[in-house]
Amino acid sequence: MEVEDHLLYTKDHEWINIDGDVATIGISDYAQEALGDITYVELPTVGDEIEQFGEFASIESVKAASDIFSPMSGKVIEVNEGLEAKPGMINKSCYEKGWIAKIEITDMDESSNLMTADEYRKFLESVELN
Amino acid sequence: MIPYIANTNKEVQEMLKIIGVNSIDDLFVDIKPHQRPKSFNLPEGKSELEVVSHLKQLAAKNATNLIPFIGGGYYDHYIPAAVSALVSRGEFYTAYTPYQPECAQGTLQALYEFQSSICALTSMEVANASLYDGGTALYEAAMMAIRITGRRKIIMDGGVSPIYRKILKSYTINLNIEFHESPVIHGQSDRKSILPLLDKDTAAVILQNPNFFGAIDDHSDIIEKAHELGILAIESVYPISLGLIKTPGEMGADIVTGEGQSLGLPLNFGGPYLGFMATRKEYIRKMPGRIVGETVDMHGRRCFVNTLQAREQHIRREKATSNICTNVSLCALQSVIFMSLLGKEGFKELAQLNLDKTEFAKQTLSKIKGVEVKRSSPTFNEFTIHLPIDASIVVEAMLKKGFAAGFPLGRYYPGMENYMIVAVTEKRTKEEIINYSRELEEVLNNERVMVSTRSS
Amino acid sequence: MGLIFEKSVSGRRGYLNPKSDVGVKGEIASKYKRGKDCPFPEQTELDVVRHYTALSQKNFSVDTNFYPLGSCTMKYNPKFTESVAQIPGFAQLHPLLPQLKNGEELTQGALHVLYEMEQFCCAITGLDAFTMQPLAGAHGELTGVMMMAAYHKAKGNKKKYIIVPDAAHGTNPATAIIAGYEIISIPTTKDGVMDLKILKEKITDEVAGMMLTCPDTHGIFNSDVDKISEMIHAVDGLMYYDGANLNAILGRCRPGDIGFDVMHINTHKTFTTPHGGGGPGAGPVGVNKKLMPYLPISRVIKKANGTFALNYDYPNSIGYIASFYGNFALLLRAYAYLLLLGKEGLIETTNHAVLNANYVRQRLKERYTIAYDRICMHEAVFSANKQAERGVHALDIAKYLIDQGMHPPTVYFPLTVKESIMVEPTETEAKATIDDFIKAMFAADDLSQTNPEIFHDLPKTTPITRPDEVRAARDLNTNFFGKLS
Repeated sequence: MEVEDHLLYTKDHEWINIDGDVATIGISDYAQEALGDITYVELPTVGDEIEQFGEFASIESVKAASDIFSPMSGKVIEVNEGLEAKPGMINKSCYEKGWIAKIEITDMDESSNLMTADEYRKFLESVELN
Repeated sequence: MIPYIANTNKEVQEMLKIIGVNSIDDLFVDIKPHQRPKSFNLPEGKSELEVVSHLKQLAAKNATNLIPFIGGGYYDHYIPAAVSALVSRGEFYTAYTPYQPECAQGTLQALYEFQSSICALTSMEVANASLYDGGTALYEAAMMAIRITGRRKIIMDGGVSPIYRKILKSYTINLNIEFHESPVIHGQSDRKSILPLLDKDTAAVILQNPNFFGAIDDHSDIIEKAHELGILAIESVYPISLGLIKTPGEMGADIVTGEGQSLGLPLNFGGPYLGFMATRKEYIRKMPGRIVGETVDMHGRRCFVNTLQAREQHIRREKATSNICTNVSLCALQSVIFMSLLGKEGFKELAQLNLDKTEFAKQTLSKIKGVEVKRSSPTFNEFTIHLPIDASIVVEAMLKKGFAAGFPLGRYYPGMENYMIVAVTEKRTKEEIINYSRELEEVLNNERVMVSTRSS
Repeated sequence: MGLIFEKSVSGRRGYLNPKSDVGVKGEIASKYKRGKDCPFPEQTELDVVRHYTALSQKNFSVDTNFYPLGSCTMKYNPKFTESVAQIPGFAQLHPLLPQLKNGEELTQGALHVLYEMEQFCCAITGLDAFTMQPLAGAHGELTGVMMMAAYHKAKGNKKKYIIVPDAAHGTNPATAIIAGYEIISIPTTKDGVMDLKILKEKITDEVAGMMLTCPDTHGIFNSDVDKISEMIHAVDGLMYYDGANLNAILGRCRPGDIGFDVMHINTHKTFTTPHGGGGPGAGPVGVNKKLMPYLPISRVIKKANGTFALNYDYPNSIGYIASFYGNFALLLRAYAYLLLLGKEGLIETTNHAVLNANYVRQRLKERYTIAYDRICMHEAVFSANKQAERGVHALDIAKYLIDQGMHPPTVYFPLTVKESIMVEPTETEAKATIDDFIKAMFAADDLSQTNPEIFHDLPKTTPITRPDEVRAARDLNTNFFGKLS
């Protein structure tokens, strides 16, 4: 299971890449693998105000549907429209081409509630043991 | 001893031995003595012959020899024999929901054909594989519009079936949804009262065509205004009329529902019936109920599966678009066989035949003194008449003459006691219509005599 | 096989309408007319009969195959119940007739059926009144929860939550949400029953009630059910009985006697009305005295002179939940079935349903992990975890069974058991049929050890192999015609 080093993670398997005030959000390799072939992504709308760990998108595969929670609070400034036609991009490239949305972060301190890559790796080990 | 259980006493003993218990009672150990039934008062069993005789006697207590001019959204149409012959195949009616597509292609392809037929009928892009009935389908459409728009106000035309309107209200009473009904008139939708009700808080405007009074309309203008305000237009339709009249898709409707009973289903004292729903492709994920989609198998052969199941309760549980599990697959099959037998020409002809007979009935009834046939709006196969006295009394008197003469509107519309709706299908003959007219005239004359005797 | 639309040949007719005998032509102004004719297929009657007969032959069904689909009670549907539903005195009866003045006289036979069905359902369940109106099980659930809401509203109770065990059918939580409640989910213990310790922690004054399947979806009768009822009733909550598994307890236990206030019956399960490839169903709802004032209208009553009538005068009723009086033709089939079975027949039904399930449990656990190793009721839940380790999953075993001419059991439900396989043989299957099934399951296990790869191409004997469901969902094609205008 691939875990990218420079990202922060949530317990619900989302990642966030913070770059100044702006952050990119997606789901982890573990999440895309668990969901299986993704068939549809319901993207947020540009301008939506979202809260940390609040629902902001949803992903469907053939046999499952999963809500995606935002790792941090902020305002949606861009969504990955390419996913509408090619939702499978998340399966192929979950950390790059399969990103979901970009937000303008409102509270940088919230990042302390997230896991580093190493912490997330340990977390995944504990999940798998269960 | 009942004829549907196979295990013999010998086999029962063998099975108990393998299970490792002494008696069948031992299998019920988890039900504690104090949890056993306080009573179980049911009659003794009977033979098939006795049950069938009993039911035939009960059936004889129902008046099905009446000549029906009663409709209200549920019509006495002829059902070709091939329809019942095909749906009576055990391979169809004793199968479950097609969760294993490899051994359910029959049901799945038939449902795909049903969805396609409903789309063709309504000129819409996508349809689901059926809902319980026309009334509950309209409720599901209202909830779908609320989900799509995020708004909580519904505007309903007074010409929508009063039965449907009552259903919608009972379901939404605890849900913080605001309902407004436009006043009732017996003609087309009252633009003057509907248009001012539409605003940016409105999720949907619900219209019916033909409406409960039988009037047909072109709702394009109302729908256009609704769209300007981001409101979805829901149309409830009567399928046979769509052989001729403007379709909801042509009017720009966003969600279409209807009662499919007329498409080859018996009246059955109220059910099972066939709810259908169609919408725009962009709303397909917000649509409740099962949807069948085309795909290919491992060898690239065309096949059909339940698709978009992630919207449904068995996967999404509390986040599902609806709690619906069962639909009415067999009724959907029945209707697609009906539509396929009638075919392109036959279906159009059937609609025209209903229209012709209705026109004849209108002309005939309007000759009766005291009967006013409402002609302010065009109608399909049901129309409104005004009588000099309470319509329920007239209908009661007509029952004694062997006619179910119509449905008195006072039942659902206080103040309209002297009105009734009269339905005419292709099954009514010229002779029946003339006899009906003659008897109606006589009833009215008798009542007039009685009224004048009473008043003198 | 082609679609009926693709077989269309211009000029063919499948049915001829009568010629108009009225000599008048009805006209509609062009602004009210549809643009293009409806593109229904042009076929002869034989074309249509061949097409749908051929389709029917692509289905597995109870009439043709063993169908041990857990939680669905696929018992045999006796043929005479079909024929009674066709009796014209019932089939041709218009539902608005009893709403005419003195119109009840016209439908005494039908009202008799509805009234007596209500009596039978009360006797079977120990509840005090029933409505026959709900059109399916899930519709019954919604009706029941709406009555619960009306009860709390009338009492001024501030309630917010419905408790649902994690093993429940998906309809339970979906229904509670649609009725305006939030969900509290309770986990299952290692014995396969609801965790009472956690339940106790979660119960507050804001709990409106609980929805419970009993026996539950693991096929286990929870002996603590009356304790659970007491806990819920202590906060003036109400107990909803999901009747999906009623076939397991006929004459052995009645929901009304063990603390349930409201329930639905799936007539297409327990009372053997056919499933129809996914409906129509019928979901009568019963209540005890607490909830009687809230039953939907109309209600069928018996007058002092012995005749039947519809009564709408219940001011506290939740109102109309269906257009008419229920899925009458299905209630009629259920009524005929109950009359034939009678008291002893119903008890025998449950006895054999439970016997057959326990026989499957005992035999199959030799090779498949039993989810909860204890006596079960009408169904037994296994896990294919051992087979899955060899790369053969529950779904693969299901596909193997299809090739053996058997409909697979329910797989991947309940969600609480990994790789679950849920077997419900029902009372109408013979030991010999079940033995064949067990043989096939053992053979699947053998193959999982010797040749696990072959499963991936199964089934091979069906008209199609495994469909590409990802493609179906990504490239949606649900309408042959596309957009017409």
